[in-house]
Amino acid sequence: MRRRDGGKAAQRLLIAVALAFLAAFLVVPLVAVLTQAFEQGWRVYWASVTEPDARSAIRLTLLTALVVVPLNTVFGVAAAWAIAKFRFPGRAILITLIDLPFAVSPVISGLVFVLLFGANGVFGPWLAAHGVKVIFAFPGLVLATLFVTVPFVARELIPLMQEQGTEMEEAAIALGASGWQTFWRVTLPNIKWGLLYGVILLNARAIGEFGAVSVVSGHIRGETNTLPLHVEILFNEYNFTAAFAVASLLTLMAVVALAAKSVVAWRTDRTLIPASAAQAGPTDIQP
Amino acid sequence: MSIEVAHLTKRFGTFAAIEDVSLRVETGELVGLLGPSGSGKTTLLRVIGGLDLPDSGSVAIDDVDVTGESARQRKVGFVFQHYALFRHLSVFENVAFGLRVRPRDGRPPESEIRRRVQQLLDLVQLGFLADRYPAQLSGGQRQRVALARALAVEPRLLLLDEPFGALDAKVRKELRRWLRRLHAELRVTTVFVTHDQEEALELSDRVVIMHQGRVEQVGTPEHVYHSPASLFVYQFLGEVNLFVGRVAGDKAYLGGLEVDLPSHTGAPADHARLFIRPHLLQVHAEPTSGAFKATVVHLNKAGPSVKIELLAEWGDPVFVEMSPERCDQLKLARDAVVFISPQSHDLFVRE
Repeated sequence: MRRRDGGKAAQRLLIAVALAFLAAFLVVPLVAVLTQAFEQGWRVYWASVTEPDARSAIRLTLLTALVVVPLNTVFGVAAAWAIAKFRFPGRAILITLIDLPFAVSPVISGLVFVLLFGANGVFGPWLAAHGVKVIFAFPGLVLATLFVTVPFVARELIPLMQEQGTEMEEAAIALGASGWQTFWRVTLPNIKWGLLYGVILLNARAIGEFGAVSVVSGHIRGETNTLPLHVEILFNEYNFTAAFAVASLLTLMAVVALAAKSVVAWRTDRTLIPASAAQAGPTDIQP
Repeated sequence: MSIEVAHLTKRFGTFAAIEDVSLRVETGELVGLLGPSGSGKTTLLRVIGGLDLPDSGSVAIDDVDVTGESARQRKVGFVFQHYALFRHLSVFENVAFGLRVRPRDGRPPESEIRRRVQQLLDLVQLGFLADRYPAQLSGGQRQRVALARALAVEPRLLLLDEPFGALDAKVRKELRRWLRRLHAELRVTTVFVTHDQEEALELSDRVVIMHQGRVEQVGTPEHVYHSPASLFVYQFLGEVNLFVGRVAGDKAYLGGLEVDLPSHTGAPADHARLFIRPHLLQVHAEPTSGAFKATVVHLNKAGPSVKIELLAEWGDPVFVEMSPERCDQLKLARDAVVFISPQSHDLFVRE
């Protein structure tokens, strides 16, 4: 019993430490952002988030996410499918490559695209000659964000699909299903919650990415500024209230994404538990 | 529908899972592929079903070559070792799957699908579980859902991979008898894989015994048990005693014992191996001609027969099985001394 009481005390202490840590480093800053944002009242807040430059930044951010999220979702599912269900040469390299964006600094990710498509870059002169602008323009933002967010969906799905194996797909094929039917009717329903989880994280990062986007954007107000970049500019101009107002928008998006993620995580747990904790009932075969 | 496989070889890297395997299964037969793990039996089943492609050789169903056809085209019912039920679908939808994925012109109407699925669920005695999900079923129930699902597409063949492998002993025996009855009723050509010799011998019309990627012997359970074609088959199908002795002409010498081997024609050998099943050894209380002395080490009386472990006079362990009545008659107990006579026609000799 004493041991148990000791365990309880340790448990309480750990919970207290975790909560205190979260309060100090997450809740306080969050409250600070909101307080600052509303320091001069609703009117200034509203003006800050609806002025043309802010509206342009919101539009650009959402547009980037709108392009990046579907592309990386499709790529992530395809890559996870290939890695989890097949053995092929180059498989190990593919796994490593998918992790690469996590391993390198986002600034480097941005610079890579400047080196490739910038005015003095490898493809720069050719692009310039054909009137295509990549760097300091929307395509550059999309490319940089795409690069940075490659791992999210694939990383989420690979362990899930590996654990599920290929037997269900083989069963579907043996029952006469086509490859397409097998994917829609068997593979996708079994990964849907994991996939949604990955997409939410991917979306959050696509909206919030700063480093890589900052390098390729050129910070042209009203044209190539995304929300995080807009916040930085306002901040550097000592326009704190406006900076925090826009920042609160980003925070809001993050909170919504987190809430969605929690719901999905809860659903995922719920669908997985009965499968693993299956109860063996009577077999009831008549003699 | 008959199955004919000819000279099948399938390699994984440099490892030959099956090598030059030929086999014919007749229409309506129930055939068991029996072998230890790694003997290639599951690979052979998967190649027949089109889930694996052979490196060479051919597969024909009803004398039509299907080697190049995919699993989808072969119309074969496959039941996986771990059932592979669709866990996001109810029992009903699992069974209906094969009908729902048919191209529109071959798909039965909804009412017909309902009728057929219900009929199949009744056949496997699970009609009352139609709305459950696989996670809510016991192992034996899942196995039967998998079977109903495979039967729903009216397969030309039924292929079962270790159908009872993941079930406990009691359920296994029940399901085994049930499958035998089901097969007698449906008469679908069926091939199943097992590593359990008892299961293979009890269930099959014919048994295919596999070893290291090759077929060792094919025959009725009775035939393979009583006339094993190789030492491997002999050892795999039941308990055996191994004696090492000298063989010369039509005589074998075990310790000080001389045993007649009238049908033996092989060359003389100093270290011949002689095998005999435990229940075929005769045990006597008194010294008898043609018997060696042995001491009882352990007795196990739980079960229909008594299993006795002894030590032969030359120090090798000997295993004997006899009826409880005979055991009482001999008044066997630990450290009792008995005399054992191997009957020459029961000996299996390998030089």
